[in-house]
Amino acid sequence: MSEKKVLVEVKDLKKHFKVGKNAILKAVDGISFQIYKGETLGIVGESGCGKTTCGKTVMGLYPATSGDIIFDGIKVNELKGKEKKDFTRKAQIIFQDPYSSLDPRMTVGDIIGEGIDIHGLYTGQARTDKIYELLRTINMTSEHANRFPHEFSGGQRQRIGIARALAIEPEFIVCDEPISALDVSIQAQIINLLIRLQKERGLTYMFIAHDLSMVKHISDRVGVMYLGKMVEMAPSYELYTNPKHPYTEALMSSIPIPDPETEREKKRINIEGEIPSPINPKPGCRFASRCRYATDRCRQETPEFREVGPEHFAACHRIGEE
Amino acid sequence: MEANSKLIFESDDFEVVGTKGLDAEKISKPSITFWSDVWRRFRANKLSVVGLIILVLVVLMVCFGPMISGKDYQFIDYNMKNIKPNGTYWFGTDEMGRDIFTRVCYGGRISIIIGIACTVVSFIIGSALGGIAGYLGGVVDDFLMRVIEIIGSIPYLVLIVILSFVLGRSMFALVFAMTITAWTGTARMVRGQVMQLKQQDFVAAATALGASPARIIVKHLLPNTLGIIIVNLTLSIPSFIFSESFLSYIGLGVQPPETSWGALASLYQTRLMFDPYQLFFPCLMIVLTVLSFHLIGDGLTDALDPKLRK
Repeated sequence: MSEKKVLVEVKDLKKHFKVGKNAILKAVDGISFQIYKGETLGIVGESGCGKTTCGKTVMGLYPATSGDIIFDGIKVNELKGKEKKDFTRKAQIIFQDPYSSLDPRMTVGDIIGEGIDIHGLYTGQARTDKIYELLRTINMTSEHANRFPHEFSGGQRQRIGIARALAIEPEFIVCDEPISALDVSIQAQIINLLIRLQKERGLTYMFIAHDLSMVKHISDRVGVMYLGKMVEMAPSYELYTNPKHPYTEALMSSIPIPDPETEREKKRINIEGEIPSPINPKPGCRFASRCRYATDRCRQETPEFREVGPEHFAACHRIGEE
Repeated sequence: MEANSKLIFESDDFEVVGTKGLDAEKISKPSITFWSDVWRRFRANKLSVVGLIILVLVVLMVCFGPMISGKDYQFIDYNMKNIKPNGTYWFGTDEMGRDIFTRVCYGGRISIIIGIACTVVSFIIGSALGGIAGYLGGVVDDFLMRVIEIIGSIPYLVLIVILSFVLGRSMFALVFAMTITAWTGTARMVRGQVMQLKQQDFVAAATALGASPARIIVKHLLPNTLGIIIVNLTLSIPSFIFSESFLSYIGLGVQPPETSWGALASLYQTRLMFDPYQLFFPCLMIVLTVLSFHLIGDGLTDALDPKLRK
């Protein structure tokens, strides 16, 4: 286990947005994690918990409020100019919405070739060949290169987005809910494509999603986020069979089981109430207001994100107490 | 009966009857570029096509009319004054015996040139400043928007009167005076569009690919604002022609011996009681031009809006 090489390391990352006078939206509030080379780290959590912000901040699309992002030994969150451009060759992102992520005025060939042009990788015939090769990688043909995004379906567009990210041969790809805007049959197509590409090219993924079954399927390790904090992180089998944090526990119990009898027998843990606002959050454990085990200590003291088992991290006071 | 009784199937029992391979990804429709699609939808709108035809005819007449009539627009012939339209003088003559057809053509040149010049100038200034405000945001945006509000709050007639005193009554002064207030509308529009576009994921994708701000503006933001800019161009040319006519009519615009449709209307209204045809022709030209631009603009709005695509 210790032989694994750390590719991306995030240390106490914070991203706060000023939303008004004395109001700060703490979208990502002090999270730390590592991503090993060649693995897939899944990030799950409900809407508005900061998953996407976390992904975009790691990519440098949002400047981090504080904390460090270390990519392959280089601190990337303060890079400027040429070094920043070099980093963009190594890390790419696939977006959630396949409709707004492709420029409607550009042909598919130009969209895919944009990274190649920016970094000056290939020109002329070599560029065309590379684009055709990428189109074949995503199961499309060279005749698609002269078409415009509006001529394609959601799944095809998402594959074009993947080809654009692959064009500059990155090592690391942030997949920002790449399947949530697609219907189920297409989701499998995209997931299988991503898995195939990972095998062929040794890619490292940070896979953001809210579909728990899908994340389990694709990820080596999974992190659970709640209101800007990482509440639990473990290898995916461990997390799905032995969740420690009460929030993860409730999340896991919500996964439908494709067997009517077991599904009927299953005890579901319901979380009461709505997700609290991330604007000026109260001190203490973020989940305390909805947690069925919450004590006074939870409401006052922020739990530490600590190791509770081999490779298993969680942030809860309760763990190890009883 | 016997065939149906078989309950366990082997994979050999099945054969592929549906599609195989990549056929599912084939598109049978020929590829259409954005602009050919726009042209296709523009053509579908009959009224806009009529507008385009009228405009082409007006422009042809203005360009080649004087050659066809073979007369000089300044030539005065007192023996020929106030002649009603006939075979020689198609639009008749005025009280100094000048050929109205030729004068309307020459006036049209000035009117249309002023309309286009004002539009071009105000769109260059407006889109540059609006684009900067929208793209950079923050303090720059605040500053530019306050400037726009201040300029917008000065009545433009007052500004034009003052400017015509300072700069004299030349065509340059007229264009300058009309554009100094008009660019603010363009700037607002482009700013709004750019602000909306820069939130789109494809801009984020370009940033993630390492694109410079200049590349994002040239490759992504400008082509995507072009549609709305073109619509507004076609709608602002007639409004400038209108303003010019109005200013010339009240004597602040084009000065003799130069003439424009507005100046002609102003001159010929004195003969309205006796020779109404003199006022009729310049007015008709203004109406036809403005109407045709509006019809074209209307058709372009529909043709350029991707949400209305059928």
